[in-house]
Amino acid sequence: MQFTRTEMLPPQPPPVSQSGAVKWVRENLFSGPLNTILTLLSILVVYYLLNLSLPWLLHGVWNASSLTECRTIIAANFGPDAGGGCWAMIHARWYQWIFGFYPPEVYWRPILNFGLLFVAMAPILFSDNLRGSVKLVGTVAVLTIIALTLAQGPWWVFALCSALMLASVAVALLAPRYLLVATVLYPFATVWLLWGGSIWGPVTAMLGFVVLVLVYRPLSPRLGVVMATSLAVVAAAIWWGVLDSYVAAALEQVVSLSIQPVESDKFGGFLLAFLIGVSSISISLPIGILLALGRQSDMFLIKTLSVAFIEFVRGVPLITMLFTASLLLQYFLPPQVQFDLILRVIILVTLFSAAYNAEVIRGGLAALPKGQYEAADALGMDYWQAQRLIIMPQALKVSIPGIVSTFIGLFKDTTLVSFVGLQDPLRGITTIVRADINWKGIYWEPYIFVGVIFFAACYGMSRYSLYLERKLHTDHR
Amino acid sequence: MAVANDLPKPEFRLSALIYDTRYRAITIQVIVLILALLFAAWLMENVRSNLALKGKDIDFSFLWRRAGYDIGQHLIPYTNDSPHIRAAFVGLINTMVVAVVASILSTILGVFLGVLRLSKNWIVSRLVGVYVEMFRNVPLLLWIILTSAIFSESRPQPKDFKVIDGVAKADMSFWNSVAITNRSSNVPMPVLDRPLPTIDTPWFSISTSLVAIAVLLGASIWANRLLLRRATAIQQATGLRPTTWWQSTAILIVPTLAALIAMGFHLDYPVFKGFNFQGGLSFDHAFTSLTISLTLYYAAVTAEIVRSGIQAISRGQSEAAFALGLRPGRVMSLIILPQALRVIIPPMISQWLSLTKDTSLGIAVSYLDLRGTLGGITLNQTGRELECMVLMMMIYLIISLIISAIANAYNSSVKLKER
Repeated sequence: MQFTRTEMLPPQPPPVSQSGAVKWVRENLFSGPLNTILTLLSILVVYYLLNLSLPWLLHGVWNASSLTECRTIIAANFGPDAGGGCWAMIHARWYQWIFGFYPPEVYWRPILNFGLLFVAMAPILFSDNLRGSVKLVGTVAVLTIIALTLAQGPWWVFALCSALMLASVAVALLAPRYLLVATVLYPFATVWLLWGGSIWGPVTAMLGFVVLVLVYRPLSPRLGVVMATSLAVVAAAIWWGVLDSYVAAALEQVVSLSIQPVESDKFGGFLLAFLIGVSSISISLPIGILLALGRQSDMFLIKTLSVAFIEFVRGVPLITMLFTASLLLQYFLPPQVQFDLILRVIILVTLFSAAYNAEVIRGGLAALPKGQYEAADALGMDYWQAQRLIIMPQALKVSIPGIVSTFIGLFKDTTLVSFVGLQDPLRGITTIVRADINWKGIYWEPYIFVGVIFFAACYGMSRYSLYLERKLHTDHR
Repeated sequence: MAVANDLPKPEFRLSALIYDTRYRAITIQVIVLILALLFAAWLMENVRSNLALKGKDIDFSFLWRRAGYDIGQHLIPYTNDSPHIRAAFVGLINTMVVAVVASILSTILGVFLGVLRLSKNWIVSRLVGVYVEMFRNVPLLLWIILTSAIFSESRPQPKDFKVIDGVAKADMSFWNSVAITNRSSNVPMPVLDRPLPTIDTPWFSISTSLVAIAVLLGASIWANRLLLRRATAIQQATGLRPTTWWQSTAILIVPTLAALIAMGFHLDYPVFKGFNFQGGLSFDHAFTSLTISLTLYYAAVTAEIVRSGIQAISRGQSEAAFALGLRPGRVMSLIILPQALRVIIPPMISQWLSLTKDTSLGIAVSYLDLRGTLGGITLNQTGRELECMVLMMMIYLIISLIISAIANAYNSSVKLKER
């Protein structure tokens, strides 16, 4: 007799408590007394918060012309005691949070400028990732064209801008290296697009850099990098200080190419926040690199000066720097020189972020193994060759996440410019909108609106920085 | 045998200043020095001519003139007859009070949240994650404005607390001891009926009762340490640890409690009288909302630092601890945290520094800190931008340098001693 089973039993499903959602809940939420208490507390907190905010959010009104109308609609729909958000205010005034008092008929200029910003950044952000760069430029081109159709403007402007964006997509696809041209031209295009006026001002300013390069190139093999750079800077300074304005005026006489000028006090909202943030961080990057190198230098004097500058700037609050821009900077400039406030703020914020960037880059330099420096020396490279070809490419790569977080901090801190009288989105524009008779007494909605935009921008950037960190983390794990 | 001759030392020529790396460093430094001095001279000359144009001079004597404005929160005696320098000093103290309180609270809350962020409990870690991302990615200024709005918009006016016909529109919370109006938070104040005499100096007065209590508390802590050390010695010798908890509780609490009772300690409750609350301790909402928002914001930042510090400790450490049979709580407190602390402290130092600097955002709620007094009202009243700004920046700089010096000294004392 055989008592051996000949066929397999069908597999039984695991007990209910050991599989599926029940197991997950048991292990993750109720694994012990402490965990159970924590879970219950959390559920209570979530319930409390939702109970507090959800009705208010759900009762929101999107179409009304004033706060009183909002309140009547809410009272009519949900009873006299119901509270609700009056989002109609955003519906009515959103453009002011984006553009400030920028003239509505030329909204296409900041929009195009914002689109081009990403085109200019694409070759830097995705240096070795062609597909990423094409994706970014393509998305931005589509979004910019959509935004341009919404903005009022003559048809030829729309056609021209769309053609420009499509051309950048084509360049990104076919010859990605040439996108760098857009990066180089972008700063001058920004000044022209945002402030308007004659095109020749930015063009001649750009020519100053051409002068710089033309002087530097033949001199550098003979005099060394430092001397050649100083002479080139002097030559460029002469161009900017003396010749620039005459040449620009003369060219304007010959071919007049100007667009409607926009005064600085019309700037506001997120346009201003991005303008200050992006220009400060990009100008401060080269200064930060120089300061970081200066701090590591063997030369006592240069090291002392760099350390003193960095520690001074990092030791005072940004708000004192902003007050310096508005109250004090004028004292340190010759009496006849007058800058407008935005420019002064950008200068001081640039110096501020330069010190922070210097520390980030110093961290990147310190992370490099000593062998890299020694190998460069062994190959007979001089200091600048070693920095340019060996050290900086690696150190900058390591410090990009840090630079991105410096930028996030700086972007959030641009809200402080409201204290020196600029119209930042958070306090400046909100105060103006709340002073409107129709929206008097509105409180939470504008702050929530601005907060959500800031959150989206900063969260996106911090995710990008995390992606970079993972990508750059190429050592063996 | 080949003889290696040293090359003849090249004699010094002027061109060596540029081409010879040994001399070039000196050349560059001299040039930089000259340029820096020229730049400084240019700045000074500009300042001089600008001041001359406006008919001003550099003069710090305004600091000793009458300030003429009131400061709601002053921890040292101050009236509007006091000089500007005293107002600045009051502001400096206010800055430091917010900085210290918010640093301590945010560190405690942040460490707590950072540990919870790594909890295996799904809902808790998600909730903390949402909190951290929400606070980190929105400007601090927004939180300050919102916190102050919550107080001023959602709390009742002081007059609503008035009892009319046995009914008041608003009730005090915590068993009639705390009243939060839309202007200030009124909480009970500890008072001594029979205090020891105070020592008055022109700048501040020292309460000897407080000093006595502090000394007493210090002595108790020291005695408790001795007790614990003795217990450890007995444990080392015999293997049995004597029970100490009731002794240390007694040592820590009884002397201070006795002193407090002897000096007649009781709480003074805020009471509604006339138009506002009298008695008790009244915190201005400028202070409260600034402290709360700084605490919440920096707790989020601290939580991230703590989380990454804990994650930086290799898994082998916790696995080894579990293999030794330690419970999860003890693994955290005995194995992980002490090691993570070394990773955590350097970024924490810079967090405290930026918190101290960010107290200057009190401008949004009109908190009269250093910026509000010296860099605000004093500056506007006297019109001496240059002096006020320079003085204010120097003070902030000195505070920052002191904090980083102390923190760095601490950091190097806990640093892993590597050989």
